[in-house]
Amino acid sequence: MSYTIEGSTGTWEIVVGLEVHAQVISKSKLFSGASTAFGGEPNTQVSLIDAGFPGMLPVINGECVAQAVRTGLGLKARINLESRFDRKNYFYADLPQGYQISQFAHPIIGEGKIEIELSDGSTREIGITRLHLEQDAGKLLHDQDPKLSFIDLNRAGVALMEIVSEPDIRTPEEAGAYLRKLRQILRYLGTCDGNMDEGSMRADVNVSVRRNAGEPFRTRCEIKNVNSIRFVTQAIEIEAARQVEIWESGGSVDQETRLFDPGRGETRSLRSKEDAHDYRYFPDPDLLPLVIEQNWVDQLKAGLPELPDEKRARFQKEYGITAYDAGVLVAEQATADFYESVAKSRDGKSAAAWMTGDFFAALNRTGRSIDESPVGADKLGAMLDLIADSTINGKIAKDVLETMFETGETPLEIVERKGLRQVTDTGAIEKAADDVIANNADKLEQYRGGKDKLFGFFVGQVMKATQGKANPAMVNEILKKKIHG
Amino acid sequence: MLTDLTIAQAAAGLRKRDFSATELTKAHISAIGQLNGRLNAYITVTADQAETAATRADKTLAAGDAPTLTGIPLGIKDLFCTNGVRTTAGSRILSNFVPPYESTVTANLLKNGAVFLGKTNLDEFAMGSANLTSAFGEVENPWHRSSDSTALVPGGSSGGSAAAVAAHIAMGATGTDTGGSIRQPAAYCGIVGLKPTYGRCSRWGTIAFASSLDQAGPMTRTVEDAAIMLQAMAGHDPKDSTSASIAVPDYRAATTRSLKGLRVGIPAEYRPDGMSEELLAVWQKGIDMLREAGCEIVDVSLPHTKYGLATYYIIAPAECSSNLARYDGIRFGVRAEGATSLDDLYEKSRHNGFGEEVRRRILVGTYVLSAGYYDAYYLKAQKVRTLIQRDFATAFEKVDVLLTPTAPTAAFGHNEKPDDPVQMYLNDIFTVPASMAGQPAMSVPVALDSRGLPLGLQLIGRHFDEETLIAAGAALEKSAAFSARPDLRAGAAA
Amino acid sequence: MSLDPATTRRIARLARIGLDDQETETVRTQLGGILGWIEILNEVDVEGVPPMVGTSMNTALTRRPDAVTDGNCQEKVLSNAPDRAGPFFTVPKVVE
Ligand SMILES: [Mg+2]
Ligand SMILES: [Zn+2]
Repeated sequence: MSYTIEGSTGTWEIVVGLEVHAQVISKSKLFSGASTAFGGEPNTQVSLIDAGFPGMLPVINGECVAQAVRTGLGLKARINLESRFDRKNYFYADLPQGYQISQFAHPIIGEGKIEIELSDGSTREIGITRLHLEQDAGKLLHDQDPKLSFIDLNRAGVALMEIVSEPDIRTPEEAGAYLRKLRQILRYLGTCDGNMDEGSMRADVNVSVRRNAGEPFRTRCEIKNVNSIRFVTQAIEIEAARQVEIWESGGSVDQETRLFDPGRGETRSLRSKEDAHDYRYFPDPDLLPLVIEQNWVDQLKAGLPELPDEKRARFQKEYGITAYDAGVLVAEQATADFYESVAKSRDGKSAAAWMTGDFFAALNRTGRSIDESPVGADKLGAMLDLIADSTINGKIAKDVLETMFETGETPLEIVERKGLRQVTDTGAIEKAADDVIANNADKLEQYRGGKDKLFGFFVGQVMKATQGKANPAMVNEILKKKIHG
Repeated sequence: MLTDLTIAQAAAGLRKRDFSATELTKAHISAIGQLNGRLNAYITVTADQAETAATRADKTLAAGDAPTLTGIPLGIKDLFCTNGVRTTAGSRILSNFVPPYESTVTANLLKNGAVFLGKTNLDEFAMGSANLTSAFGEVENPWHRSSDSTALVPGGSSGGSAAAVAAHIAMGATGTDTGGSIRQPAAYCGIVGLKPTYGRCSRWGTIAFASSLDQAGPMTRTVEDAAIMLQAMAGHDPKDSTSASIAVPDYRAATTRSLKGLRVGIPAEYRPDGMSEELLAVWQKGIDMLREAGCEIVDVSLPHTKYGLATYYIIAPAECSSNLARYDGIRFGVRAEGATSLDDLYEKSRHNGFGEEVRRRILVGTYVLSAGYYDAYYLKAQKVRTLIQRDFATAFEKVDVLLTPTAPTAAFGHNEKPDDPVQMYLNDIFTVPASMAGQPAMSVPVALDSRGLPLGLQLIGRHFDEETLIAAGAALEKSAAFSARPDLRAGAAA
Repeated sequence: MSLDPATTRRIARLARIGLDDQETETVRTQLGGILGWIEILNEVDVEGVPPMVGTSMNTALTRRPDAVTDGNCQEKVLSNAPDRAGPFFTVPKVVE
């Protein structure tokens, strides 16, 4: 879908590239044995290496390397068998060594791609430029003291993957779709939990604008550390509008780093120009080149889980469900797994209909995630079995599902306790039909006079008379016979 | 006198119960008390800890099967972090720093039973060749010219260690060598100094100057003692990614190895214009001694030698500018008073905390890495470094070891130092190339010059072949029979 | 080679070394001298020469297993802090 900004001098398109910092899932840090767990007491998950003490040296965590390779494979990217670590030198209070160990000239992962789906059903491919491993910084707390900032180094040295996209994104929606898709892939791979509010996934957004697709890129601004997908789309809109206004008023955009302030709905300059950065990258002499073997990469590849795109295609094919339903069901690994255990050896379509319908609605209503669902895949499956073998009908099943959420009973327990078994006794249904017809002679008259819709009324009355338990197909058949004679 | 013994002799004496470790340590502590006021070789003396360690050593010795260095009193360059003992790197910025950890090299020595007498003085952050840049004052070389009593420099940066060993106030000491900081002070002080192959000793817990060059090594009065100390210091350390996973051979055994058929290379380029006749003669004397010991003397060429120093003065400052960024007065060390902002805190703490030479090197390093200059300086230097390494590799196809002078001059006076930093850097001209290429190298005292000051010769070996250095060094030592001792030393002090 | 005062100040600023005007001038001259002397490297032809990496015997990283083996030493980490507030290091307030 196209997105343009109507300026006073014409229309503009936006050009966006994203740099995502994704915290690697690992027990210990990239270059030290300190824990990476979230939420520890200040400065407890810190080794003297992380605190940059004299003489301390980095030793690389092999699992972080494996996680980067898995992610590279998931992004269909080039895996560089030899990569290097460089030092990015700058002074800041959250950076104990005075430099960040990163990969500048030789990243571990090269070009890859991500396919995103948009709300109109179309898809687009966004290029990945590179992925590299680097250390996270510590945390500064500014609100504890009127004159001081406090430093907590628990996060310092935690492994990050910086995933850089090509400037292929053209709408705020695409940026959101890209981030959601990337997060989904990382979660499937188990390489990053994608938790934006805990800061384990953060985005730097590069935004520029241009008159049309033929024009070369203009100066871009980098909006640092935007911490939700909604803010990313907002920041792009606001920043693009700001740039259009500058260009149109005859000014020019300065290349700079900016900060998005969601409260004020503006972006503002983060660093003054006179203090321009010069990171003085050079190969970290404490670390030799990182050399990995192709057969190790192959082993990691063999151990990868099925990724969302493949899973969605398989669900459509194997279970005969729509692309839309398949997309909803693979959004999260847990949902997809849940669906597969329900759908396995059952009717996939009705499993999909129940999950995306009443089941998700019940979860939403009770504010639960699928992992916290009181109704497990086994119980939902058992309920589908009761429908399939005509123990209950669909309408009753809705009530049964509701009760399952409340009490945690099995569907059969509920059916027995409440006496909800479907009535398939022809005599009972015929009797109910006779009563309904007898009590509604006027309606019968109208129906026979051509008001076809009234057939539904008779069905409803019969169902009501049997407390909804009658087999709807039988009700239909018996009524037809009786009314038409 | 107990302080006159070598490590090998003392180790034997301790085992024969000729004396106790406590007596040996006390003799050294008392000599330090007499001499250190003048020499300033130690920044921190740890007398109490030393005596406790000696008591423990006596128990270990009594129990039998004690490791080689049990009860041997050593000086530790104040660049090695020592658990609970102030470690300053010779800098004001670390003048209050007490590491809660022990460097791998010193931990290895402690495991081997060594007793630490204290932390020896050095050029600030090991940057210097004369021990004139320490925030804890200059070190005096225990040697003096026969003609006058001018105070001379001990060389640097491991000048405190060299002076302590030469003055018999340590039986041996640790040094670190980045561009010659073990070998050059060893030569100035008439002792043995061995810089092992880069990667042989762990760098973990040693305060970094230039990470791709820094290497710890022993400073002793004999080659055999150097072999004994290196044996304890060396070894693979998983905590240092650049530490080599290669077995450590029996170095002491190498001291008695025959030199028959050993090919000794004499590099043509180590004969710059203006080199003194006296030094050339000493070098020739060394060549003759090795020939007599059965070596074959071969002329070799190391064509990129003259670029070694300039290469070094790009790479070492570049790495130091980054390595020293952590000294900011925030997590440890000295913080400047009255800073009004974070940047003010950085600038004040680092300005006040670092001396002039350290600041100068940080600035050179910052410049050569800065935008637009990286390729012209740092990258170029790393390429020249490859050429220097190739020079050595080519030479070592023809020879087993190289013999050169260690330093262009003998020790000079404190007030004779050149004002131009570049002139000062020339002291390292013969030691830097081996550092650039990671080769092991050793300085051995061979003779006194006409003014009565020691001169040393340098042996340079193949990667991880310290044994050949030790074998050749022991032969030189034997032929030279260098027995002169400085006037300022334990038991002889005026 | 001579260095201009602005570059000298920029370098000093990058290194957070805090020089006053007189020191800047001294450093400017000395740096110029050192950099001029280094220019001897222009004589060397490095065409096709790779930059040095590691030593000859040790050329690639060893990877450690992913286990928590360090940290949990808050007192050690803070023991040398020139100024601290409870479990935190402190700096003059940073405005972000
Ligand atoms: Mg970035
Ligand atoms: Zn980054």
